[in-house]
This record gives sequence, C-alpha cells and structure tokens, in this order.
Amino acid sequence: MTGTSSDLTRVDVAGLSRLLSSGEVSAVEVTRAHLDRIAADDGRLGAYLHVEDDAALAAAAAVDQARATGAELGPLAGVPVALKDLVVTEGVPTTSGSKILEGWLPPYSATVATRLAEAGTVLLGKTNMDEFAMGSSTENSAYQVTRNPWDTDRIPGGSSGGSSAAVAGHLAPWSIGTDTGGSIRQPAAVTGLVGHKPTYGSVSRYGLIAFSSSLDQAGPMARTVLDAAVMHEVIGGHDPRDSTSIDTPLARLADAAREGAAGDLRGVRVGVVRELGGEGHTDGYEPGVLARTREAIEVLAGLGAEVTEVSCPSFDLALPAYYLIAPSEASSNLARYEGVRFGLRAGDDGSRDLDEVMALTREQGFGPEVKRRIILGTYALSSGYYDAYYGQAQKVRTLITRDFGAAFADVDVLVSPTMPTVAFPIGARVDDPIAMYAADLCTLPASLAGLPAISVPSGLSDGLPVGLQVMAPALADERCYRIAAALEAAQDATRGHRLLDELGAA
Amino acid sequence: MSSISREDVAHLARLSRLAVTDEELDRFAGQLDQVLAAVARVGEAAVADVPPMTHAVPLTNVLRPDEVTPSLSRDVVLAGAPAAEDGRIRVPRILGDAE
Repeated sequence: MTGTSSDLTRVDVAGLSRLLSSGEVSAVEVTRAHLDRIAADDGRLGAYLHVEDDAALAAAAAVDQARATGAELGPLAGVPVALKDLVVTEGVPTTSGSKILEGWLPPYSATVATRLAEAGTVLLGKTNMDEFAMGSSTENSAYQVTRNPWDTDRIPGGSSGGSSAAVAGHLAPWSIGTDTGGSIRQPAAVTGLVGHKPTYGSVSRYGLIAFSSSLDQAGPMARTVLDAAVMHEVIGGHDPRDSTSIDTPLARLADAAREGAAGDLRGVRVGVVRELGGEGHTDGYEPGVLARTREAIEVLAGLGAEVTEVSCPSFDLALPAYYLIAPSEASSNLARYEGVRFGLRAGDDGSRDLDEVMALTREQGFGPEVKRRIILGTYALSSGYYDAYYGQAQKVRTLITRDFGAAFADVDVLVSPTMPTVAFPIGARVDDPIAMYAADLCTLPASLAGLPAISVPSGLSDGLPVGLQVMAPALADERCYRIAAALEAAQDATRGHRLLDELGAA
Repeated sequence: MSSISREDVAHLARLSRLAVTDEELDRFAGQLDQVLAAVARVGEAAVADVPPMTHAVPLTNVLRPDEVTPSLSRDVVLAGAPAAEDGRIRVPRILGDAE
C-alpha cells in the first residue's frame, strides 16, 4: 500500500467516474496511481509495450484544468485507458506486436482511439499482443512474454493478453482488445475479466491493423459488465471511414447491464450448446470448466431463465474453417508490409533489387506464426486448392450461420464455456500449433457468423478463472450484457465480493 | 487430401516474398502438414448446394460524395517511410543490370 495512490487502481470505472466527477480525486491523481503501479508491477507482468508516462500526466492535467474552469465534461473525463497495440494512435508507437513495425509512429488515429479521447479518457499506453493478433497466448509477441496475474507461470490468454494482464493486474481500469477468433473473450476468461466481442460491423475497424478483415472486431475488456457496456457505448456506432460499418443506432447497453444486475431473467430463453462441452462433446474440456459452466447455468435458471439444450452440429467444423479463412485473409492483408512505404526495410545495401529487399524485410520482420499463416493462406488460395480449402471453408461458414439462425428461432441467447481449459502454463503449447488453436474452439462459431458474444467470469477451477460465453443474434449485443450482468450480480452477492478481489491487493 | 512438402513450402514462401531459411523450411513443412491435415476436415461437410459466405454484413457498394477531403501531408507520409530522398520515397532498384 502506498496510500490513496494504490487504492485508486482497484476502483472500477464506474467508481472512478464518480470520484472524478465529484472532484474527490483529480485526473492527475488517478493517472499517477496507475503509472506508479505500472512502474512497480509491469516488470513482473509484461503487459505494456509502451507507457505514455509524461504524456498521460499532461492529458490528465488538461482534464483537471478544464474541470477547474467549469467546463462541461463527460462522465469518463480523466479515466485512464490502455489500448491493444494494434489500435493505431497518432504519434504513439504502434507495433501490432511485430518487429516489422518497430519504431513506427502512425500519422493518424483509429476511430476507437479518437472516440475514447473525445470522451476525455487518458491513454496510459499500448498493450502487448500476439504478433498481428495471431495467437491464443500472447507468446507470439515479437517483444516480450506477458504473464497471468493469477499465476505468473501461466499465459494471460491471447491475442489481447497484454490488455487482460493489465486490467486484471490493476495496471489499467479497462482496455480495448480486438477479437478475430476469440482474442477478447478468451483472455478475459482466463484472467477473470469481462470481455465482449461486438456484432461484426458495429464498432469501426478504421485504424485497427488488419489481420482477417471479415472477422476483426474491437471491443471492451473490463472488470465489470457495466464498465464493458459503458466502453462499448463510447466506441460503437456508425463510422463512414469503415465501409463495413453498420449504420444502425447502438442499443442501450449500459441500461441492459443495469437491468440484468437487478436479477430478473423470467421469460429469457437460454440455449446450452451441446457441441461446446455438452454430452458427447467433452473431449479436451477440463472437468472444472464444465462444472463452473453447469453452476453458472443453474444460477441463470434460478433467476427465472428457461434453459434448454440446443444442437448446432456444424460448430464441429468451425475450427478447421476458421484456420483456413483467417490465414487466407491474413496472407492478403499482410502483403502491405513490403518494406517500401513504412515500417522495416532490410538488406537495402544498393546491391539488391526490390524483390530481394522485400523478401529479406519480411523474413526479418515477421515471426514464425505469422510466416506459417501467410504460407498456409497462400496455399489455401492457390489455383487448384481454392475450392477444396478456402471455398469449402466459406460454405461451412454458411452452415454455422444457419445453425445459429435455427437456434435463435427457439432461444434468446446461447451459452457455453469461453475456453475448454483454464490458462495453460507458458511454453506448454508453443511448438504445437494444433494444440494452441484448440484454445479458440468455443469462441470461433460466433466469430465466423459475425455475432456478438461476451465472456463473464463463472468462478475458479484450481484457483484459476473460468469464463461463461453468452452469444446473441446480430445487433442484439444488449442481451449479452443483460445475461452476463445477471450472473455477475448473483455470484458477487453469493460470494460476498467480486471474483477479481480474490487476486488480492499487491 | 494432399499433403504439403518441403518443396511446396519453399515455392509458397517465394510467392509470399519470404526469404525463409533451410531450418525454417524443415520446421514449417512438418507443422504445416499437421495443420493442413486438421483443416482438411472442412471437406467432410455436405455443402453441395450451400452458397459460400464471405462476410457477415450484407452490404454492397458503400458510396460517398466525390469530394476532396483532407488527407495526410507529404512530409508526414515521408517521415514514416524507411528511406526518403528529394521529397519522395526511395525504393531499391526494380530492374536488373541487364534490363
């Protein structure tokens, strides 16, 4: 304890907002508390790739000054935030976890970063990630290992593992993550956080470094369902700079979280997906994860929800379809790193031509998982193989979407574990891509169908957090927040405290 | 389904402009063969009459008025380039000595 300073890092965003609005604490105090905590603890966790330090304090001081002059400020003015390092930030280093972008200073900012800045939030820094978001453990970062605050020998999930470690480790009150096949939900699950992947197209992708464009979505990672909903309302909504942005007003997400916390789920129909950990589909699922999932579903039933089992047979093919579609799109998206316009250039000694320099730059700048996926994607898109791989995967995507459609004719939301296991030890799967990919088993179907899905803590197994996933129809994100908030409030009441409080004060 | 050989990986790496090392070729060939065997399961699906899905949002032809809007200045762009000269990005030669 270092007095007030370290207390402020344990206050959630709703609490910080109240303290800042009432003038009980200043934005500089809140920011300094987090920077102090980062200085003290990030050597152990490795959550940040870049910390804003003086720039964060200056931004906080500007908020305090505006407040002192009586300016009308929003409820989030002075609340600090961390951004995953693929969110482009003008003048602030942005690497996407790759050496190919080391030292690059973006000339513009992503829409999500701009909207958070306009809400008055203070950027603390950029968080570690698997290189170009390709991974499930953050071990594919070209820079550093990030550790799970619950057990520093274990992974923090991925690819948004720097964000999950920062928020669970109290180095930031909340963070932006991105999710292509589960990269918000899975790290949130293994660190005891709430993480929501919005409906595809409902949060702007402008300024997010692209991995797989038909799947990538940015979303909130927070300590409470309400905080996540509040962040989603700030970043969501139509953006003319993203041509896949949906021009529909956002639902009232924070209100849905408050409604859920009131604890009445009568009339809500919850479907339990048999293919994700149900009878006959438990291979690879840990008993503790299945037990926490069953208990969480019982809690929902106890609040009045009607629970039924639902079958989605095509979900069994989500993993192979995803690991064709995402690498195919990646092989195309990553063609832009050619060593000419920005980023790394290697071997340009005057003797080599453009092709050689390009191949050397990409060889030196990309890590092994990125190279594997570029090669696999190039193969899947090759003439002669296209129909058997990429084409077939796109048809499986249709089947998965149809399974969701059939299920949502009978139920309002679908639930499953977020991940088949708790956080695994660092290094355990690093040389076995297939085992690593299995971490995404439960999160991939909603990604492929473009649907909203949230992970909310369901308890501990062997002292490590487990998450429940709640999936909803497109543009019904509010259902995810409502159900998740109901579970959170009921479990917090039974437990007498929040799950994350069991991590203890440092 | 086919498998992926060391020679295939070398060819794909060339197409992808990746100057992979011999050691990487050995490692990637084995790993990619495993991955390919796993993803080939998509072939099990009965999809003869199923249309492919490219995207979750059914949008086409998003248009905006054809008006000039602010863009990045030349100096800002050049500041991010790995090499610049005389107000332009400098690139390695694109033609061989004999051309």
